Amino acid sequence: MKIGDILEETFSALLSNKVRTSLTMLGIVIGIASVIVMVSVGQGASSSITERIESTGSNLLMITPGATKNIGYGARSAGGTAKTLTIKDSEEILSSINSVKNITNQVSGRYQVVYKGSNTNTSVLGTDKNYSSVRNVEILQGNFIENSYVDNSSKVAVLGPAVVKNLFAVDEEEFENIDLSNVIGRSIKINKIEFKIIGVTKSKGSSGFSNQDDIIYIPYTTAQKYLSGDKYLTEIDVQISKSDLMTDAQTEITNLLLILHNISDATSADFSINNQSDLLETITSTTQTLTILLGAIAGISLLVGGIGIMNMMLTTVTERTKEIGLRKAIGATGDDVSFQFLTEAVVLTFSGGIIGVILGWGISFGINYFGLTTTTVSIGSIILAVGVSAGIGIIFGYYPAKRAAKMNPIEALRYE
Amino acid sequence: MLEAGVLVLGCKLAVLLECKNLNFMIEINDISKVYNTDGTPYQALHGVSFKINDGEFVAIMGPSGSGKSTLMHILGALDTPTGGTYFLDEKDVSTLTENELANIRKNKIGFVFQSFNLLPRTTVLRNATLPLVYTGIEKKEREIRAKEALLAAGLEEEYFDHLSNQLSGGQIQRVAIARALVNNPSLILADEPTGNLDSKTGEIVLDTFKKLNEEKGNTIILITHEPIVAEHADRIIFIRDGKIISDSKEHKKNKK
Repeated sequence: MKIGDILEETFSALLSNKVRTSLTMLGIVIGIASVIVMVSVGQGASSSITERIESTGSNLLMITPGATKNIGYGARSAGGTAKTLTIKDSEEILSSINSVKNITNQVSGRYQVVYKGSNTNTSVLGTDKNYSSVRNVEILQGNFIENSYVDNSSKVAVLGPAVVKNLFAVDEEEFENIDLSNVIGRSIKINKIEFKIIGVTKSKGSSGFSNQDDIIYIPYTTAQKYLSGDKYLTEIDVQISKSDLMTDAQTEITNLLLILHNISDATSADFSINNQSDLLETITSTTQTLTILLGAIAGISLLVGGIGIMNMMLTTVTERTKEIGLRKAIGATGDDVSFQFLTEAVVLTFSGGIIGVILGWGISFGINYFGLTTTTVSIGSIILAVGVSAGIGIIFGYYPAKRAAKMNPIEALRYE
Repeated sequence: MLEAGVLVLGCKLAVLLECKNLNFMIEINDISKVYNTDGTPYQALHGVSFKINDGEFVAIMGPSGSGKSTLMHILGALDTPTGGTYFLDEKDVSTLTENELANIRKNKIGFVFQSFNLLPRTTVLRNATLPLVYTGIEKKEREIRAKEALLAAGLEEEYFDHLSNQLSGGQIQRVAIARALVNNPSLILADEPTGNLDSKTGEIVLDTFKKLNEEKGNTIILITHEPIVAEHADRIIFIRDGKIISDSKEHKKNKK
């Protein structure tokens, strides 16, 4: 039997019972579409998180005071609150470790900020010139913190766009049109101390956890002098020249700081170093697990759809017993018959799969469009879905087809 | 078996020596069939033997339960006998595998059934073409042959594109006859072809068989329990309880 004839028979058989065909196909359509949508949500989450982490700067080692590693059973010292990092640590790192490309000191805190009548509570980050290149901060108008401001502990501030919106009470549209040069040069009060605005940064967007635009940058020396009142740093960010030197650099910095802090036992270190690529790896593996989980849930509906196919094919084979008997009587072999029914099942699931891909694509596009969450439909998941749908046709069509092929023509012809 | 073997050998030898009188189209020797359903053996055929020449129109007649259906299944290569040999066109069919039997049915046998068995909601032409689909013949050629067969079965051309459920009983059975003719078989087997038809339509169908036999020389075996139907054939083999009771050919021979 030629393939063209088989397809012709298949289409006429499937079209002869349109309602049943489309209902059965619907099972596969829903299954495939949900696999596509679920996987696209998972991959979308993964890629947007990765993107955000990378936007904070590349090849970063973030040194924070206090140990964040678990000590013993759940005992954990609170990271970031201890005061152990100093400007001396930072200078030593820069001068003695070769792979360091850039280093930036930070002193952070949350303070009340006031401009005329309006006030807001926001994070104030004391830092230096290097911060803008290490953490990819771009200036929209004015200047970032210059070295001279750090040296003089100048009371100057660079505002994130969200702060501008809050303090100057403008919404998104007004912000587009606002003359920022009017903002620059004005004075705001941070913790009742007057600061002069010298710049506004470009938007970095908000991540799911914090708004990266709701921040004020000031020189770290100023922050130490007027806000925190001590000589400690809350974070040192080290940018390494090459990504494959990250691990070595992390070890070197750890050893250096242990010596500087007079600590002999590495487990009782009073600082911790977070490797950005470690973080990325952790998050990537988490989102991958999420994607697999979502895909597996959707896969269950695909399995149910496949059982629907098998059910329909068994009904069809029983219904068409006489036809099978006739075909065998006029010379069809068992293989001819089984191939015919198998083709029916595969055509059914394959076309269901293609419709499902289109539907799933549409839905994930819609999810993206209406801003519910970021979705990414990959070519891989489409190929996989279409392949799986054809595979389901073969798996769930095999048994009914075999049953048709095994029928005894004499009994089949007598069947009423 | 041994006899049959000798016969074939003899025949082949005879063919070489231009011996023609041994050259039958159908030759069954001592065919028996035992069914073994539910553990109790039931013998449907007890040593049936006959020969049918190319171009004969034979009726196999018998009451229900006589074994005529079993005989038809064996003649139609739908089933194999438990004992005895069956030669169709000098080929021993009694020992073939299922796929080989399907091949015999595809190339040498055309069936006409009591219940017609046309594909529902399918055109007349497509129904008549169906056996050729399994032969690998090109589509165009298939349609030409199917049209010839339909005309030979006495169906007018205007019905070719009708769906099978739009036809009358007589027309349906003619489509079925055309379907049986289309692969140019050595043998047409008709199982109670008039059983579901009124007597007038049945008459037309039987005339169609007669015409095919006389004008085209098709070999036809008609299975029926009705003497009136059997009388249309040139030769009547009467069976009962799995044995041949009478064969009109023997009578004719005796008369001559």
